[in-house]
Amino acid sequence: MTHPYLPLTEADRDEMLAAVGVDSVDALFADIPAGVRLDRELALEPALTEQELAAHLGRLAARNADTTKELSFLGAGIYDHYVPAVVDAVLQRGEFLTAYTPYQPEMSQGVLQAIFEYQTAICELTGMDVSNASGYDGTTVAADACFIAKHATGRSRIVVTEATNPQIRHVVKTYAPGFGLEVVEVPHRGGTTDPDELRRASVDAAAVFFQQPNVFGCLEPAPDLVAAANDAEALAVAHVDPLSLGVLEAPGRYGAAIAVGEGQAAGNFPSYGGPHYGFLAARQNYIRRMPGRIVGETVDAAGKRGYVLTLQTREQHIRREKATSNITTNQTLLALGGLVYLTWLGPQGLREVGETCLSLAAYAQQRLRERAKLELVFPERTTFKEFAVRVGRNAREVVAAARALGVHPGYAIGRDYEGMDDVLLVAVTEKRTPEEIDRLADVLAEVAA
Amino acid sequence: MKLIYERSQPGRRASAIPRHDDLPKAEVPDDLRRAEPPRLPEVTELELVRHFTELSTRNFGIDNGFYPLGSCTMKYNPRINERLVGLPGFANLHPLQEEDGAQGALELEWRLQEILREVTGLHAVSLQPAAGSQGELTGLMLVRAYFVDRGEAEQRRKVVIPDTAHGTNPASVTMAGYEVVGVKTDPRGNVDVDDLRTKVDETTAALMLTNPSTLGLFDENIEEIAEIFHGAGALMYYDGANLNAVCGISRPGDMGFDIVHINLHKTFSQPHGGGGPGGGPIAVRDMLEPFLPVPTVVVRDPEANTYGLDFDRPKSIGKVRGYTGPFGVFVRSYAFMRMYGPRLREMSEAAVLNANYVLARLKDAYELPFDRLCMHEFVLSARNLKREYGVNALDVAKRLMDYGYHPPTIYFPLIVPEALMVEPTETEAKETLDAFCDAMLAIAREASEDPELLKTAPHERPVRRLDEVRAAKQPVVKYAFDEHPDLDGSRPPVAAEAPKGV
Repeated sequence: MTHPYLPLTEADRDEMLAAVGVDSVDALFADIPAGVRLDRELALEPALTEQELAAHLGRLAARNADTTKELSFLGAGIYDHYVPAVVDAVLQRGEFLTAYTPYQPEMSQGVLQAIFEYQTAICELTGMDVSNASGYDGTTVAADACFIAKHATGRSRIVVTEATNPQIRHVVKTYAPGFGLEVVEVPHRGGTTDPDELRRASVDAAAVFFQQPNVFGCLEPAPDLVAAANDAEALAVAHVDPLSLGVLEAPGRYGAAIAVGEGQAAGNFPSYGGPHYGFLAARQNYIRRMPGRIVGETVDAAGKRGYVLTLQTREQHIRREKATSNITTNQTLLALGGLVYLTWLGPQGLREVGETCLSLAAYAQQRLRERAKLELVFPERTTFKEFAVRVGRNAREVVAAARALGVHPGYAIGRDYEGMDDVLLVAVTEKRTPEEIDRLADVLAEVAA
Repeated sequence: MKLIYERSQPGRRASAIPRHDDLPKAEVPDDLRRAEPPRLPEVTELELVRHFTELSTRNFGIDNGFYPLGSCTMKYNPRINERLVGLPGFANLHPLQEEDGAQGALELEWRLQEILREVTGLHAVSLQPAAGSQGELTGLMLVRAYFVDRGEAEQRRKVVIPDTAHGTNPASVTMAGYEVVGVKTDPRGNVDVDDLRTKVDETTAALMLTNPSTLGLFDENIEEIAEIFHGAGALMYYDGANLNAVCGISRPGDMGFDIVHINLHKTFSQPHGGGGPGGGPIAVRDMLEPFLPVPTVVVRDPEANTYGLDFDRPKSIGKVRGYTGPFGVFVRSYAFMRMYGPRLREMSEAAVLNANYVLARLKDAYELPFDRLCMHEFVLSARNLKREYGVNALDVAKRLMDYGYHPPTIYFPLIVPEALMVEPTETEAKETLDAFCDAMLAIAREASEDPELLKTAPHERPVRRLDEVRAAKQPVVKYAFDEHPDLDGSRPPVAAEAPKGV
């Protein structure tokens, strides 16, 4: 019986077995002890044809209420930004899609140069000196940054602001015991972190970690938070939204040691949480403590410019238990998507996306106040593309009622923060229109208390 | 070729962004506003497409040709999977969507878990880890949680790893806060059981083992090894990098392993993407199930075919990545597995036959350190060529490029000098294997006749051999615009005067 992915014919098999010197395929497995062999067929549903597969997966996809079916204001870390067609076109090139890590640089100049260009783009966005080739997502790069800080400072306390996205904090806390790190959280005061309180907590800390904009969408007093970390000689780690960096200052410019972030907003589809790319960039002094792949420029035997994986003595395949990280497979294709997207935007487009988000979010706040009579949770704070609003009753019920009317109004953040059961986190990207925002306001006017 | 930044012209752009100038102007405080814009490329869409198309022509994937990179399982990536992952119901689904709006995604995750349970012979699965090495780390976190729960965490500090292991294993052990204990390989290429017995005691937390090993050999003493560890109260961890050899033939759970990670980008055909993404789900025996990361995917109502996410798991280690994991990877791998069903066994059989065939054709020209039937891959040594002609494994690899092949993995595993680790996979036709073998045999002849040809290879790629030492000594890791070093003197001198009268 043939299979579309299996090329050997009966005749091939016979010839090959003869060349090997055995009389059956079973004989190739003679080294496997009888006691550990599976003596039955795998209990799986029969093989599908491609056509049947497409129909099956089509039915599964249809069971989801995605952002093309439901007008969505969900964010809280993953955002519905526009992904231009050129991203798909480049990522579907088989030369990129079906290659692996560029261990052999002469075979892989394309992806190596692309990563070098990506590293440059991330350094430009963040104001840092060096970027790696990507981490798994915006949560794991946070843990990576803490590991760098531990080794750079010899200290073992990590201070994290409570206004950092709970997914990120949860991952950092999960990694911490293995790293020998203790995690301390500093509460927010009215939606942002108090620099003096952070300064007091930062004594003897390895890293001081904050998010800009923070989980509530509010702008932290980032330069003051970094100053608090620097006073304690802790590494200031800023977790930033790449799409905010056309309008918000680069962390490197206000003194952060490390900048990390979730790359999804810049060039990846939401895709139910992944795969996406996490970016990690740092000042030059931490280059030899960085986890993951780094591409460097060099010359070939004829003196011609080329690119290679470099500083590999940091890495697991050389240093083994002394490596800076265990990471191998990373998120190169998604990072390439990020590079294509940022190239598509250019500096002007990046600023405009940021400004459009800012003005649409401001409009949404105005409409929710005026039309839906809702109160902002942190009215004194400046926000970027997301904000917290009180809906007067359990926000999960409001979400259910609004969805019944075809609008997902945002994330019910009471799952993560005490006393916020009636709070909705509303995200507004450049994909939303004023008319859609009016509709959100109408729906919330109907379903909120 | 130029960098995208060198193609940039101020004022050009590929994007147009919706603007709403009639809306209220939102203010950002001056001290938080960006002072200078990032120097992103400024190009039109056509220039963008041409640049990345040109880059792609300087890259080599499975679609271009044979890619026998050992331990990486570079098999065909079916195109239907790319179409499926792009379905709006998958691509545009937000990970915080309510359960009733994500039933298709949850059903897919549940079904994938069920298949992985059957293939591994274990009881419970977490899809969350983003890659094999993160699966390893997650597995070791489970080991720790398990022993904390049993009150043995202080005592059990060591993880045993054979000298053939992937570098990720010891690196993961360190990141998880454990100590590495090495164990030797015996003359048949199995774990040295006598050495092992001296390394396992009441301080041992676990063994990490790849089976078949990175030598491409199935460990013939696996049952005895499992007895030794379980007898000492320790756990068995299976590095699933080589699962492509044994699907439907032998299951890690039946071999005695308690925790397994599966590389979805190897065995189950998630495209490698130039270095990622991957997927590293873990499957565990029942006593480890309470410790799995949150959330877990559960059946809400079997009659109604509904699913949900369970966050209320008090013994969980926590979270190793955002949300439920790299969902797009799950779509592709699930699709791939449904195209096989129980015929996954045929997939592994073909992978093993292909590897043995190539081995049979090459073993007289290159040294074979362990003369046995192999599984899905094998390791040869270019030691004979080095001894006789001064040509090493790197030279062989570089010369293979001139024949149009991606080289095998080289210099790994570490215990084989001048190692060439070849993994053909099941998706290659006999003609392809024959042509590759012919090239390898021709290179062995060239080594004797014209060793310089190998030492100066490649000759047919866009660049010659690259200076990796220089890259590491004076790292240039980003474009520096006006201050960028002119490494090859290729930048045109600035003209003193504008051209005249053209």
